[in-house]
Amino acid sequence: MRAPSARGGWTVSRKRIVVLGGGTGGTMVANRLRRHFDGDEAEIHVVDRDDAHVYQPGLLFVPFGLAEADEIVRSRHRQLRGNITFHENEVMEVWIERNEVLLDDGTVLPYDVLVVASGARLQPEETEGLAGPGWNERVFTFYTPDSAVALQAALERFDHGRLVVNLVDMPIKCPVAPLEFAFLADWYLRERGIRDRVDLVYSTPLDGAFTKPVASEQLAGLLGEKEIELVTEFNAGEVDGVGGKLASYDGRELDFDLLVTVPLHGGAAYVERSPGLGDALGFVPTDKHTLQTPTNANVFALGDATDLPISKAGSVTHFEAEVLVENVVRHLAEQELVAGYDGHANCFIETGFHKALLIDFNYDTEPLPGRFPTSLGPLPLLRESHLNHLGKLLFQTVYWRALLPGREIPGLGTTMPTAGKRLAHTP
Amino acid sequence: MTTTLIADRPVEVDAEGFLTHTDDWDEELAAAIARDSGIAELTPRHWLVVDFMRDRYLATGTAPSIRALGKESGVPVKELYQLFPKGPAKLAAKIGGIPKPRGCI
Repeated sequence: MRAPSARGGWTVSRKRIVVLGGGTGGTMVANRLRRHFDGDEAEIHVVDRDDAHVYQPGLLFVPFGLAEADEIVRSRHRQLRGNITFHENEVMEVWIERNEVLLDDGTVLPYDVLVVASGARLQPEETEGLAGPGWNERVFTFYTPDSAVALQAALERFDHGRLVVNLVDMPIKCPVAPLEFAFLADWYLRERGIRDRVDLVYSTPLDGAFTKPVASEQLAGLLGEKEIELVTEFNAGEVDGVGGKLASYDGRELDFDLLVTVPLHGGAAYVERSPGLGDALGFVPTDKHTLQTPTNANVFALGDATDLPISKAGSVTHFEAEVLVENVVRHLAEQELVAGYDGHANCFIETGFHKALLIDFNYDTEPLPGRFPTSLGPLPLLRESHLNHLGKLLFQTVYWRALLPGREIPGLGTTMPTAGKRLAHTP
Repeated sequence: MTTTLIADRPVEVDAEGFLTHTDDWDEELAAAIARDSGIAELTPRHWLVVDFMRDRYLATGTAPSIRALGKESGVPVKELYQLFPKGPAKLAAKIGGIPKPRGCI
């Protein structure tokens, strides 16, 4: 990006890339872009309101004492390569027409390319009574470190009664997490020898245990085996956290002694404050294959922040990051973008007793049985195994050491592998 | 896909009774689908929601979710459930002659 100046020498037209969010997506993108561009080709800025990067898959284990909250949190700026500027600031507004971002200390950051990677925000206040009396006493979520820690204490005290797990409405981060919570709760209560004194209920607005048919059937079977009651099409409208009642919009009620909820999710607050950037829920409309926003050629988005019809999950963000970085490079070089993202997602699903399932899917192919990444395995798909559980545990190290720094991970490519899948299941 | 009679007119519908062709729709069909679904009469509040769903689908190619409907249509979620019992987004889409809203992932 050097151009001859009027005086015949070389001047440098350095591009400025601003990344909003220093979580999984923002960190990966900034580090990969830093590797691609020299310091005199591009300056890279990352903005986040705090310096606490949470390894979110670890939150699931905190309520059961299987992980400590402080071991899954690290500094955000320390995950960034050198020569990336980290701003610990709240974003006030994106002025999309002017290519500028306003921060809460009055700083204005102009950009050539903007990457929105600010994730999703929990909105318990949007459900009547949910954030009211009883919150963190009888009503908990494991989606924040604070509430996960409070839930751990509550579970320790809990020795009989009704434990209700509820997800209020989609979309949520990691759609399998509430199921995993129910499986792990069953295991935890059996280990303590009090499972027969607890009614365990899983309630969901979906019409089955999960969104995709083959996996939904398999997971409903597991709920049945573990004697967890499945309540479907339950749209939670109101919570009485003192009296212990969860009511649906269509008038049904579930009594609980302990409610573990996954609240409604929306995009970051500044997205809603920035005209033209997000939709009604604060998610950013994004092209499902290029990750460019349809309204602004120099604005890209990835991860939980987008409106894409795929899971809000770290694996999705990882695969998207590779395509997004390539397209930012192409955009700055005035080349055509690649429609490279196919909706690839994969998730380990903890099922308790040191076992886990693995699912792997994309926009067009639902999670199917088989083996991953090829027909030789080593990991079985959509079936419980100890190896999958070890994979899930090992992944935390891979996350900090390879994924965030932007290194390639063998066997984990952007597009979904079909070699090991029994595709006959495709409807 | 099957062809069925709604308001004495043959129209093509999917397995769950959603119109296959958005163009087949008119207000008479809407009223008949509503009656079949247990809504005796479409009030102006019903129409507000049905029109909103249909306009949004025709403009963007996707129907809004129940949450977006509650935020943008001017009808709160609680009232949506009173107007369209069980599944407001699904039922309003069916009455509005547009495809069933795709569930999220």
